[in-house]
Amino acid sequence: MPLNPWIEALVALFLVAGSLFALIGAIGLYRLPDFFTRLHAPTKATTLGVGGMVIASMIYFSARNGSLSLHELLITLFLFITAPVSAHVLAKAAMQQKLRLHDSTRGKPWQQ
Amino acid sequence: MMARCWPHPLLSLFLLATWLLLVNDLGIGHWLLGGFLGWAIPQLTQAFWVRTPRVSRPLKLVGFLLMVVGDIAVANLQVARLILSPTRRLHPAFVEVPMELDDELALTILASVITLTPGTVSADLSDDRRTLLVHGLDVGDEAELAASIKSRYEAPLKEIFACSTT
Repeated sequence: MPLNPWIEALVALFLVAGSLFALIGAIGLYRLPDFFTRLHAPTKATTLGVGGMVIASMIYFSARNGSLSLHELLITLFLFITAPVSAHVLAKAAMQQKLRLHDSTRGKPWQQ
Repeated sequence: MMARCWPHPLLSLFLLATWLLLVNDLGIGHWLLGGFLGWAIPQLTQAFWVRTPRVSRPLKLVGFLLMVVGDIAVANLQVARLILSPTRRLHPAFVEVPMELDDELALTILASVITLTPGTVSADLSDDRRTLLVHGLDVGDEAELAASIKSRYEAPLKEIFACSTT
């Protein structure tokens, strides 16, 4: 069954927006100067990247099957539960290893 | 009686909602099965709960979560802009934020929310749970960042969990 072109356009818009944020997250991983700033890129820019894809998937399957499809929301939920934990563990490990800080960083990490 | 059958009413509701989303079907059978799981899982895990968190304002919790989702979307755009602008203009900083919360669950939620909202990662909690170390990607003013974390996220959590302020 062909979809309404407006819905297809909306799905495409969210897919492209989500991909763009995932790409920006990857660029951040490459460009940012030290470990702690790089930590921000994957935990952050990607949340909106995954969010965009999840919304696109919800619209697409709701329109195709004619009934609301919400189980994609669980992806967001599990991501929100797990992402902070891994970021925290990475930050603690980095402080333990006394990784180099970017020159303009103010404040100090704690001694572990 | 009520407390013994439903030791964690919010957890039960949460499990029911997760079940319904997982099967992606709102048939009566799945409501019953989800309801049973929501009743049985808190019963079976009761022994592992050190201290039952008290959520005194459940509605406020929903509002808080919606606000956090909005903040995540807005701040994502800011981080995207920071990543694409020249990196030598960045001013990363470690900021110590004094904590007033004493509930374990509330502290966990606060630390997770700080990590999820772009631009800040919670790096460590001091052993006495009085200070949270936060790393900011681009911090203009450390005191302002600490104050905004306290007013925007800590204050509502304190109300929701009815924490004794020490």
